[in-house]
Amino acid sequence: MKTSDIIKNGLIKENPTWVLILGMCPTLATTTSAINGMSMGLATTFVLMMSNIVISLLKSVIPDKVRIPAFIVIIATFVTMVEMVMKAYLPALYENLGLFIALIVVNCIVLGRAEAFASKNNVWHSFLDGLFMGLGFTWALTLLGMVRELLGTGSFFGHSLIGGADGMLMMILPPGGFLCLGLLMALINHLRKKC
Amino acid sequence: MNLLNISGSPHVHSDESTKKIMWRVNLALMPMLIVAIAYFGITALLISLISVASCVLFQWLIEKFILKVDTTIWDGSAIVTGLLLAFNVPATVDMMWIVVIGALVAIGVAKMAFGGLGKNPFNPAIVGRIFLLISFPVQMTTWPQVGGLFPMELLTDATSGATPLGIIKEQGVSAGLPQAWDLFIGHVGGSLGEVSALAILIGAIYLLWRRIISWHIPVAFIGTAFLFSGLLWLIDPTTYVDPVVTILTGGIMLGACFMATDMVTSPMSKVGQLIFGCGCGLLTIIIRNWGAYPEGVSFAILIMNCITPLLNRWCKPKRFAV
Amino acid sequence: MAKKAQSTLINMLLSLTVIALVAAAALAALNAITAAPIANAQKAKVENAISAVLPNFDKLQDTAIDGNICHIGIDSEGNFVGAAIEAGNDKGFGGHLQLMVGFDAEGNVTGYQILETHETPGLGAKADKWFQNDGKGSVIGLNPNGNELKVKKDGGDIDAISGSTITSRAFLDIVNNASSLFQNLNH
Repeated sequence: MKTSDIIKNGLIKENPTWVLILGMCPTLATTTSAINGMSMGLATTFVLMMSNIVISLLKSVIPDKVRIPAFIVIIATFVTMVEMVMKAYLPALYENLGLFIALIVVNCIVLGRAEAFASKNNVWHSFLDGLFMGLGFTWALTLLGMVRELLGTGSFFGHSLIGGADGMLMMILPPGGFLCLGLLMALINHLRKKC
Repeated sequence: MNLLNISGSPHVHSDESTKKIMWRVNLALMPMLIVAIAYFGITALLISLISVASCVLFQWLIEKFILKVDTTIWDGSAIVTGLLLAFNVPATVDMMWIVVIGALVAIGVAKMAFGGLGKNPFNPAIVGRIFLLISFPVQMTTWPQVGGLFPMELLTDATSGATPLGIIKEQGVSAGLPQAWDLFIGHVGGSLGEVSALAILIGAIYLLWRRIISWHIPVAFIGTAFLFSGLLWLIDPTTYVDPVVTILTGGIMLGACFMATDMVTSPMSKVGQLIFGCGCGLLTIIIRNWGAYPEGVSFAILIMNCITPLLNRWCKPKRFAV
Repeated sequence: MAKKAQSTLINMLLSLTVIALVAAAALAALNAITAAPIANAQKAKVENAISAVLPNFDKLQDTAIDGNICHIGIDSEGNFVGAAIEAGNDKGFGGHLQLMVGFDAEGNVTGYQILETHETPGLGAKADKWFQNDGKGSVIGLNPNGNELKVKKDGGDIDAISGSTITSRAFLDIVNNASSLFQNLNH
């Protein structure tokens, strides 16, 4: 497998959000602002990367019948680590993302990549796959957060563009999340098919 | 061999067409527009024009540049959506730009994204209205004070009044409510098209006469709302509003006659329509009394729109000669 | 492909046990490192809220009245300068609303901070700035004792947040309640 293929798969061709449509719960819940979306994406990237490396290393010693519990324990360990570090050093961010950090454990992308990729490939490729799948997830969440923040509150990464004015409130509420995700997904897949 | 190709029944020919129906609906909406202009003046006229123009423009743009199909703006359906959307917002200056966003959501998201007229599961004007209500809660619940007839100045929120439903929600039924007669002719605060029950009834009778709508949905909707609120009122007249005021305030009349009866999003069979109307009436009263918002008509219709396909499946007409 | 461990009972037991043990050890180690910063961060949050609502104090003394935590401010000479009271109710539009309200020695409101809120963004959530000194419905400097704070709609003189009467009522109710707790504290 070529390195460039792994990179392209993660970022565009098999992008977790726009193409595989995995991990929708954190995607919709944390993208109320660009910075929240990006932080969630980066936290997930870290977990994906580390769990892919460890699972790829251990793939020959984990018996098939208990591979899912083993994967979950490994993933949960890294998620808990992220949670503890964030709580200790970034308490403000933790206030915003709190619940959803713990939910990275059940994010389908992480277990999906462990099962579909890391348990079948070598450590270097698994690391790359984790990194670029994570970055693919990150740019999707950042873009969604950016659009929702811009429309919903009229600001860009927390900086207000239109002084004092409120945006379309619905965009930062759950229904706006669904609307925005659907419309962006249509646009991006349209562009993806064109190139 | 084209001669031998026969389409399935029915073969009855009728001169009804989408175009004809839609233009008749537009005609039926005119009394409400006139009343709106009488009470809210030039502001109401401008909002209606902007709303209709943006609905038609967005429909044309989407069909021309995104879908790349022949335009259908001449069937009049975008105008119906535009008028109904304008009738569902308060007559203030802010609405002149906000209603454009509502038109984009109504036409772009609720109608064209689903494939255009006939394929939309939800009433476009209601989707647009709810989008605006949730997105701009302050502007959408700031009502102008109703003064004399045909005010020529632009109405701003500096002279804000209150709607009867807003008063009930925040101060209880004991606060001074308008008389039923004022509610009937429309001399109260409220959205453009919902203030006058009389104007709505004139339009509705025209549609009934033209057989564009049937009596089932409006009667079931208003009847259920009347009975349910009457029951609550009999139990405790100090907390619940009396049923006559209930059906004359807010959007029940407008919703029951023009929004719930939308051909695309309401059930086909008569039994289905009766269930649909009852559901709308019940949900409206539930939302008004126990919900967060003072008005529940648009949410009620939207929720019932969701189960229209199920009603169509349950209430199929019996087949003959099986 | 490398040869894979067979799914025998002993292999399964061994691999899972080892993985779980390593994971537990790693987390325990990290917990030892982060426990202190986490506790500090939580303490800092409360302290920031107190110093935002209650200026000019030197020392704090914590008590509880009717289950509400109350931080009493004392200056360097040991005089009582005021108190920050944590109070809340469930009358908010989105449910529970918890505030930290500061009072000076006379019982005037010196400031407030929102500790917990579920109000709608863009509407009720504006309460964090609305009632501050430069907000439209400032409650700073008012004394709710004997003259309950009310929104204009209820006959008071506070401007409610536009479109959020319910949140405004809940907010003022908490401030009034905190004020009566403060009066109890004095006696």
